[in-house]
Amino acid sequence: MDKFYWDSFKTFFKIGAFTLSGGHAMIPILESEVVEKKKWMEKDQFLDLLTISQSCPGVFAINISIFIGYKLKKTRGALCTAIGAALPAFLVFLLVAMFFRKFMDVSWVAAMFNGIRPAVVALIAIPTFNLAKSANINLVNCWIPIASALLIWAMGMNPIYIIIAAGIGGYLYGKFLNPTEE
Amino acid sequence: MIYLSLFITFFEIGLFGFGGEYGMLSLIQTETVINHHWLSSAEFTNMVAVGQMTPGPIGINSATYCGYVAVHHEGYNELMAVLGSATATFALILPSFILMILICKMFMKYMNTPTVQSVFTGLRPAIVGLLAAATLLLCNEENFSSPSKNPWQFWINIALFTASFIGIKYLKIKPVRMICCAAFAGLILLY
Repeated sequence: MDKFYWDSFKTFFKIGAFTLSGGHAMIPILESEVVEKKKWMEKDQFLDLLTISQSCPGVFAINISIFIGYKLKKTRGALCTAIGAALPAFLVFLLVAMFFRKFMDVSWVAAMFNGIRPAVVALIAIPTFNLAKSANINLVNCWIPIASALLIWAMGMNPIYIIIAAGIGGYLYGKFLNPTEE
Repeated sequence: MIYLSLFITFFEIGLFGFGGEYGMLSLIQTETVINHHWLSSAEFTNMVAVGQMTPGPIGINSATYCGYVAVHHEGYNELMAVLGSATATFALILPSFILMILICKMFMKYMNTPTVQSVFTGLRPAIVGLLAAATLLLCNEENFSSPSKNPWQFWINIALFTASFIGIKYLKIKPVRMICCAAFAGLILLY
């Protein structure tokens, strides 16, 4: 077997295992591994792939891994990098589900989690405000997030329909109402 | 058939999970807690907390966890439950795999066209709404208790929420550290 496959698997496994909570904390580490140490691609190309994987649906860390793997060695390369990046999170949470879950009923662990849960709600509330800023929410388009939130929260609508409707809405708006952009 | 239902659910989450980690959490919450009842709201929140403190993307964490718990609740043994984890995780990654390769093969040049950009113009504000809904759905009795049932815990929890919000957003305290502080406060005040 080509040494590359094992090497790329190892690199992405390492990145998956040592970056807490996946997200954007992994970007600098990924860049130094892929661009500087292994010299698998140029910085420009890396930044292009980064931009596209951020706007695509799915787990960002997995998207960028698949992208890099595919650029380097087609489908087989993508398999190696994707499995490498996903495996640490999978294994750790398998252990959590198998063993740690049983401790949740112990009274002092339950007390800790009673304190943790409000903090997690705050943690999920914060990106709402950060994202509202970067999505340029203003008086003209603020009805979109408000209506979406109410439809999901109060009416119990499935968010997937909101996403589909918003995508189609954006497309139609760009095509018919605001064609100056074309 | 629990495996099929896991596969379809997480495939959908992978396919429509725009908006990064937290956008995807909103989908995971509605699917696993509200639509399928695989997890309780408190269990979901606990899972997010543990996911923050362990390596790897939280999307993968949730798929692994839900897959295991969903199959286990159906009464199957541990080995079958591990298979459930694998099914859910595979289903979550599969759309990314297909989409990324398609983009590499043929759509790379379309990504910056006005048409694609206008789709994102519609998506971005909607994702803000999705996140807001995820937060609102979590503001419930399971996470905060209630003033009538347990006023002591309720007000402590409101205080912990406010402190964490200010701490993470304005004082830039690392989420993991904030969660540890909240755990300590819980141990002291709620035990």
